[in-house]
Amino acid sequence: MDKPPSRTEPPSSPALRIKALESLLVEKGLVDPAAVGELIDIFEKRVGPRNGAKVVAKAWADPSYRQRLLADGSKAIAELGFTGIQGEDMVVLENTPKVHNVVVCTLCSCYPWPTMGLPPNWYKAAPYRSRIVIEPRKVLAEFGIDVAPDVEVRVWDSNAEIRYMVLPQRPAGTDGWNEEKLAALVTRDSMIGTDIPKLKA
Amino acid sequence: MNSIHDLGGMHGFGPVLREKDEPVFHADWERRTFSVVNLAMGAAQIHVDEIRHAIEKMPPAEYLVSPYYEHWIYGMEALLMAKGLVTREELDRRIAEIAKREAK
Repeated sequence: MDKPPSRTEPPSSPALRIKALESLLVEKGLVDPAAVGELIDIFEKRVGPRNGAKVVAKAWADPSYRQRLLADGSKAIAELGFTGIQGEDMVVLENTPKVHNVVVCTLCSCYPWPTMGLPPNWYKAAPYRSRIVIEPRKVLAEFGIDVAPDVEVRVWDSNAEIRYMVLPQRPAGTDGWNEEKLAALVTRDSMIGTDIPKLKA
Repeated sequence: MNSIHDLGGMHGFGPVLREKDEPVFHADWERRTFSVVNLAMGAAQIHVDEIRHAIEKMPPAEYLVSPYYEHWIYGMEALLMAKGLVTREELDRRIAEIAKREAK
């Protein structure tokens, strides 16, 4: 591929560029306009972290599911129907009183779409990607999470295929809660590793 | 191949900036980009590793400064041109047409 041309003017706005690209691709029969709207709807409205929260809640409530989830993340998550693009190879990381896991994609933005939807901008931007692998405790503190010195912090860098999801610890004081109530405690960030589920005050 | 995308461990980027109640897409162009790029990849049989590689070739300053989905536009334009599915001239012509129409 040729090296990028140097320019004397900035490129056109992304809005113009994508409109041009879309209209050309539709004309050439490569993109179906109806599919454009449908795919937007799926990821804007239907697929999101509430999926992952259900996985976490089930693991908290059902010890045998938890075991299956940790042994084979893809298979156990598929039991709940959360399969598809960018979720083909799932590994679930268990937080314990001794280990806190946190996930990044230093090279781009790899993220488990079927369980968590699309990632937030901060996950895809330079500050998080550069700093979480060299000073995770400092970055976690910026998120309001102070990890005790005797707790190991493990940072997982997603590679091209594997997608990670953190299984956070179940908060105390939730005995007997049903899965729906448990799922409501699970935040998106707690499945990345930059938050810890807590009971609301 | 080393390039700007290989950010792990780099210094100088400052605090992680988070947006409260961030929407999935910040603008219509982001929505369209997400969808059109995914669909075009399927239609043109472009593997996700190819688009990652195309994005890794962005000029470094642009990579850091541009909004995330602009990377996708850059990568898809570059790949479609390299595969002969669109030309630079077609894109520029269409951009100019749309810009003219919107200026009215």
